[in-house]
Amino acid sequence: MMALSAGSASVPALDRVWSWLDGVPDPEIPVISVVELGIVRDLEWLTGSEDGEPVLRVAITPTYSGCPATDVIAGDIEQALRSRGIRNLRLENRLTPPWTTDWITASGRHKLREYGIAPPAERADASARLAGIKAAPPVVACPRCGSTSTSKVSEFGSTPCKAQYRCRECLEPFDYFKCL
Amino acid sequence: MTANDPTVEFLLRLGDNCLILGHRLSEWVGHAPVLEEDLGLANVSLDLLGQAQNWLGLAGDIQGGDRDADWFAYRRDAGEFRNALLVEQPNGDFARTMVRQLYFDLWHVMLLEGLEQAPDERIAGIAAKAYKEARYHLERSRDWVIRLGDGTEESHRRTQEAVDELWIFTGELFESDEIEAALADQGVIVGSGRIAAVWKERLAGILAEATLTFPQENWMRRGGRRGIHSEHLGYLLAEMQFLQRAYPDARW
Repeated sequence: MMALSAGSASVPALDRVWSWLDGVPDPEIPVISVVELGIVRDLEWLTGSEDGEPVLRVAITPTYSGCPATDVIAGDIEQALRSRGIRNLRLENRLTPPWTTDWITASGRHKLREYGIAPPAERADASARLAGIKAAPPVVACPRCGSTSTSKVSEFGSTPCKAQYRCRECLEPFDYFKCL
Repeated sequence: MTANDPTVEFLLRLGDNCLILGHRLSEWVGHAPVLEEDLGLANVSLDLLGQAQNWLGLAGDIQGGDRDADWFAYRRDAGEFRNALLVEQPNGDFARTMVRQLYFDLWHVMLLEGLEQAPDERIAGIAAKAYKEARYHLERSRDWVIRLGDGTEESHRRTQEAVDELWIFTGELFESDEIEAALADQGVIVGSGRIAAVWKERLAGILAEATLTFPQENWMRRGGRRGIHSEHLGYLLAEMQFLQRAYPDARW
């Protein structure tokens, strides 16, 4: 198959497709879209399908190897695109490079905080590799009152991507989106 | 199962370790001491099952035919599993589960770090993803072993017992054999080298912080990679594989 040049055929422009996908919520954290979460890696129109129609290739990546939402997300993306009239669709699961919280967009981080989930506190590549040494814990601000006087309750929360924290100022428990 | 291609055999080892340990951890769901730990154990289990699916799925792609991750998980008997004996050991109490996890995580992180450099980009890709997850697993199992060892008299005693009794299953993790040598020769993986010494050194540091005594050198039990398992694996598989055995090809 060959890639179509932009706007060369009667297919929706990729910008539009991106904006459609930006309307697909993450099933676990519905305030943020699959695009803001960085799950949709690449879109491309390909020529040369069996019926001669262009095919939209959508590359998605799982957040965690065992994230149970991955199948749901693929289904939601497919449904959203079909409802916009895209008939020929190829979803590709891409493991490399592995998903990182660095791909969560600025708007995504803002929405997470508004929703009560503390966004990742630092860049994943900045948290030095452990190599058996205990890394300095990240400074996590409470999404409610903004205090940085918080403590970790558990490394894992309601989903693998989150840890459970507690604020020492306002005393509220909250989820923290771990750097990955 | 007849002799496998060395790459498939190696992938089964990786996948089976994750699958069996993931299943063991899932047995805690609904039984953990507190809700946070129930969630924590379930999440580590989920990561490992996802990793198992990736490794076994790749083994299926290479072997071809009807082989896929589900086939390997549900259609093999104990003698065909290639996991280390450590991961099939029963959960015991919470201390034993955490010591088993620490032994595994400490090794797993180093193994994956090496595999990230594998010339085969499919292997490197799965390893790079799993490595990020395994780091969190290690942070958690290390914190728990330190807290339990340096905890009450009872938690210390139970944790020390687990450290001593699970020790004989650790030697197997570092065995290199003709399969790995063949893969290193073919350039599929980078030889694991001498990670045993580093593993012991790191473990010694953690156990010291936990006020636990490093186990004495002992005879090591081996056989998992050749399919010679402890009696526990059969019972685990009986539960894990029941549905597919009773209703082959059942789907929902």
